[in-house]
Amino acid sequence: MPGTTDRGGITLEGISRVFGGGIVAVDQIDLAIRPGEFFTLLGPSGCGKTTLLRMIAGFETPDSGRIVISGREMQTVPPHRRAVNTVFQSYALFPHLNVAENIGFGLRMRGIARAERKFRTDQIMALLQIDDFATRNPAQLSGGQRQRVALARALVNEPEVVLLDEPLSALDAKLRAELQVELMRMQKRLGMTFIFVTHDQQEALVMSDRIAVMERGRLLQVGPVLDVYEQPRSVFVAEFLGLSNIWPITPAPGNTADTPLGRLTIVTPIGNERTAMIRPEKIWIYNDTAAPLDRPNIFRGTVREAIYMGASTQYRVELHDGSIVLALDTNNQAAERSWQPGEAVALEIKPENIILIDG
Amino acid sequence: MSALTGSPFLQGTAERAERAARALRLWITAGPGLVWIVIFLILPSAILLAIGFFSIGNYGNPHLPLTLEPFREVAGYSILGWSPDNIETILRSLLQAISAAILTILLAYPVVFFIVAQPVALRPLLLLFVILPSWTNQVVRTYAWMELLGPGSALSHLAQTLGFIPPHLGLMPGVFAMQIGLTYNYLPYMVVPLYAAAEKLDWTLVEAGRDLYASGTKLFWSAVFPQTIPGLLSGIILVAIPAFGDYVVPTLLGGGKSMMIGSLIASQFLDTPNWPYGAALTIFMLVFTCGGLIVFRVMSKRLGTSEGSMI
Repeated sequence: MPGTTDRGGITLEGISRVFGGGIVAVDQIDLAIRPGEFFTLLGPSGCGKTTLLRMIAGFETPDSGRIVISGREMQTVPPHRRAVNTVFQSYALFPHLNVAENIGFGLRMRGIARAERKFRTDQIMALLQIDDFATRNPAQLSGGQRQRVALARALVNEPEVVLLDEPLSALDAKLRAELQVELMRMQKRLGMTFIFVTHDQQEALVMSDRIAVMERGRLLQVGPVLDVYEQPRSVFVAEFLGLSNIWPITPAPGNTADTPLGRLTIVTPIGNERTAMIRPEKIWIYNDTAAPLDRPNIFRGTVREAIYMGASTQYRVELHDGSIVLALDTNNQAAERSWQPGEAVALEIKPENIILIDG
Repeated sequence: MSALTGSPFLQGTAERAERAARALRLWITAGPGLVWIVIFLILPSAILLAIGFFSIGNYGNPHLPLTLEPFREVAGYSILGWSPDNIETILRSLLQAISAAILTILLAYPVVFFIVAQPVALRPLLLLFVILPSWTNQVVRTYAWMELLGPGSALSHLAQTLGFIPPHLGLMPGVFAMQIGLTYNYLPYMVVPLYAAAEKLDWTLVEAGRDLYASGTKLFWSAVFPQTIPGLLSGIILVAIPAFGDYVVPTLLGGGKSMMIGSLIASQFLDTPNWPYGAALTIFMLVFTCGGLIVFRVMSKRLGTSEGSMI
């Protein structure tokens, strides 16, 4: 069914890749990426995300499984015959070619006439605001400019899918934030499928429509950013994506569970779940004297550490039994709503904010 | 600040002492090399240049009066009038050098990329196999080729049977044998710089090329070859210059029919002595080679790849 409907869609079925020495880089992955989606593969280094990307690009051949791109089976098709272009982590710009020649390289290799090549190259350079550098060599460009050239060199070919292998990791924080927004805009504007690989959870949260969290060659959770952040299905996902408080739980009568903090009221009786997680920003913090003692899950303790982060402050609170709870409070309140180490506080953990995790 | 420390007199002496110390350091570090170059390069070249302006004595030795005759002779003029012999010799030598460079390039590329494709631990050993023969004497190696290519050799028999050469003749002597000898002797000098370039090849550029629809020869020329140019240029210089003036190979494998400039110079000192003519030829060759290097450098600068090469 090679129709236009699935142009830019990718289906992976049972994809595995085993390297020499029996190292399983990618382990039986099934994944469907929708056309026009900004999809992020997120995971620590060595989790297999780059190997997976390289198999979609065609640089690696899977040991088993099927790769379907735009409705066509592709796992044995070499990279130069795939309507897929890559933005490399190191940019991989040709040092002997200038900016315009680098960008026009793919069009030239496909035998596109000089006039059209120039038209399309000029157009993409204007779009990415690099037209002033057209005749410079890559060595004469800054990191951010090189990044734009690498992106332009992929986009100019109007591929069905753009693969981005940690393209922003070499840039400083401010430039990275700028380019994140620009990448998103570019992707929405051109409507191409973007598959973005990163180990930076912040980057993944900012840019993606959906993310897949990977660990040891497997997909742990796939879904819209909000779902994965708010409803992590494993301790690894909860810890990798943002900050979290995680406690083992055992069943207790009614809608309660026992934790190292004490008895915790939850929304429904627990089933097989053995772990409770709550995000620090979902914990309410009060002056000890102002604790709403009529409500469930109020825990009293002492501030041990207050990390001021501008918009918010992160508190490490030690409860009376010695356990540590992380709480995050936005700094939009008056000055009296901030606490110093040593101050007595009360924490409220609302039952609806507690996430229960299997195992 | 007191008036004393700021006085121009004291400042002057401090500066002078500093300058003297710097000059001393310079002489200690650069001095020995400089002395070496003066004694073994500049001085002999100057003596040769001087000999080139003498007349021939009875034994071919330099003799007064001073004359420009040897240099006129280099340009082809003799008592018998002008002859193109010298120009032919120079062009023939140049051709031999260029074809040696081309043949070593064609042989070195597959060898180098074969070595680079091997595990890192194995590469130095394989490279050693390429370099090892050059540790033995060039004359010995060239003699071995005389045996291999001589009239009675298996290779010659094969060539006779296939009709490439008449019966009872060998593949040696001749231009063919000479080319084999030069290519064989100078191959390591092409392999080593090319290997250095190939080993640090940025393979992500090759992946970028494949990603951007290049394959096969297009991929080689666009993503691999440009990265090897610095090594290639070094290799060309290391092969072409000595091959241009080579004496051993043309003498042993070339036979008398096709004179090379190295043999021509040698015969002026050994066979029918004519030192001033030999000296003039040598100086000419030196200037010619330097001129060639300058042209080569300008060309490679224009290619934008002179960085990292040894010119």
